[in-house]
Amino acid sequence: MENKLIDLVNISKTFDHDLVLDDLSLSIKENSFVTLLGPSGCGKTTTLRIIGGFLTPDKGQVFFDGKDITNLPPEKRQLNTVFQKYALFPHMNVAENIAFGLKIKKKSKDYIDEKIKYALKLVNLEGYEKRDIDALSGGQQQRIAIARAIVNEPKLLLLDEPLGALDLKLRQEMQYELIRLKNELGITFIYVTHDQEEALTMSDTIVVMNKGYIQQMGTPEQIYNEPENAFVATFIGDSNIVDGKMIEDYVVEISGKKFRCIDAGFGTNKAVDIVIRPEDVEIVQPNSEKAVLHGRMTHVIFKGEMYEMLCVTDDGKEWLVHSTSLHEPGKEVGIYVEPQNIQIMNKPTSEDEAAIDPIIDEAED
Amino acid sequence: MNGKLRNRLIATPYTIWMIGFIVIPLIFVVYYAFTNDSNAFTVENVISFFNPIHLKSFIQAFKLALISTIICIILAYPIALIFRNSKTKKSSFVVYVFILPMWMNGLLRIYAWLTLIEKRGVINLILTSLGLPSINIVNTEIAIILGMVYDFLPFMILPLYNSLMKIKDETLNGARDLGANELQVFTKVIFPLSIPGMVSGITMVFIPALTTVAISYMLGGGLFLLIGNVIEQEFLTTANWHLGSGLSFVLIIFIFIVMGITNNFTDKDEEVNII
Repeated sequence: MENKLIDLVNISKTFDHDLVLDDLSLSIKENSFVTLLGPSGCGKTTTLRIIGGFLTPDKGQVFFDGKDITNLPPEKRQLNTVFQKYALFPHMNVAENIAFGLKIKKKSKDYIDEKIKYALKLVNLEGYEKRDIDALSGGQQQRIAIARAIVNEPKLLLLDEPLGALDLKLRQEMQYELIRLKNELGITFIYVTHDQEEALTMSDTIVVMNKGYIQQMGTPEQIYNEPENAFVATFIGDSNIVDGKMIEDYVVEISGKKFRCIDAGFGTNKAVDIVIRPEDVEIVQPNSEKAVLHGRMTHVIFKGEMYEMLCVTDDGKEWLVHSTSLHEPGKEVGIYVEPQNIQIMNKPTSEDEAAIDPIIDEAED
Repeated sequence: MNGKLRNRLIATPYTIWMIGFIVIPLIFVVYYAFTNDSNAFTVENVISFFNPIHLKSFIQAFKLALISTIICIILAYPIALIFRNSKTKKSSFVVYVFILPMWMNGLLRIYAWLTLIEKRGVINLILTSLGLPSINIVNTEIAIILGMVYDFLPFMILPLYNSLMKIKDETLNGARDLGANELQVFTKVIFPLSIPGMVSGITMVFIPALTTVAISYMLGGGLFLLIGNVIEQEFLTTANWHLGSGLSFVLIIFIFIVMGITNNFTDKDEEVNII
């Protein structure tokens, strides 16, 4: 199952003199759920469209199952796409929409009928065959779009922000539906979204993209816990990014105070960026032994599942803190961070490298 | 003042207009159609529509209108499709260039054609100056069809263009994605989705063409009596209002039937796009 299903090799794409993808290479394993995640304009949809065949790259090649499909039109590719919206055929009912691909492939009527039934059952819309597309809600339309794609038994399903038009509750429901579908079908999903929560919930691999470059590729845990640069850290969830100095292996200095950490190999007395998630900032008694930094609470917002608070340390730095226990503004506190919650990153060598450099694994080992 | 009363007040001028200029004249038409000179009830005027002379005019008008409509579809479809696919700001400008002639008086446009196609018209002048034999277009069915197509083509382009513009690119990509080649995308998605626009266009081309008076009179040189010309003559030349009304009545019924049939093909939520 470790076969490479999709292999993008040195893909570049320009729109109106704008370089959208620059020398992008990406391999996607068979039977994985890969999410391309990034802000709008990062090139994620362009990447998906190149895989789907709706765009041809200016440079580079696309391999599907080992075969070069760079110049193959979409109708000849063994994959299907679920579009964000508008992609259902408004002049056909649900069954006719689902049957579209099968009719083109000249399948028998019995086969098609059986497939329609199977697909509608899979997306929990049994008995909807004769409904008009207009009569369906947004969520139902999206399920039909998925059903229409999967009856063709693609090896690869591309999903282009399919939940973007749905409201929050429905979106969360559909996320679980998609995970279930993925497991039942046992095919590869490539999913495009700008929603980091969606990416963390569903995927087994996340590809974080920005400005046409891959910033980091890894499991949701890796992406969240060990962001490789400041862009990934800020894009995935809230984070405190602070300047620090690597004194020696396993010791880092933040705001003039030494913290123990679990990273090594950065050299001695080297300036680094440090990511600390707000939920990993521990508020302790200012006079306790644990307190490394000292500061004062300034703001608090109740967020439901936790309090979001701001703490200003003695040297004037602001720390974002997430905690289930409340610390009133004005309170003097101490700050402590567990060694494993301190994520060290090399500082970008130039101003824009943080955004554009495809950081490679050198920092990790 | 409650809303209902206000609405009714706003509607009053239109109601008066409709009653005065549509309902009452129609009642007159029906009255004249079913009476004779001595104001006695008769169905003779209505039945005389099926009198061979009148029927022949009707069939000829029907034939020419049908041919013109088909030519309009054939001409308008590629234009509308090209505009849809180009999707630039320019395309809507070019659409307006195509409908620009509609802002001119219809009779003037027909006169313009006359100067082009008459025996010593522009076309023949060019042909003879090139040493080619001159052609005889004016006063033929071809001239009438030419005039109809020229006059009514914008009414086919616009609704077609509108209905094609409503088709989202994603819908077409969806079809490609499911294995349809470009021809199949056209036959299975684009064409069916353009039917409402095409039907609007057919209604707006076929019916005026069927009832035209001026085009057949001027470009046909009076040699072709279409049903519109016959009715005109009954009213203006022979002053037989009863017969004219009788023929008009049957024609109106026929148009209602045509519209009834075509309405089945239009979107429920789509009104005929008249600009």
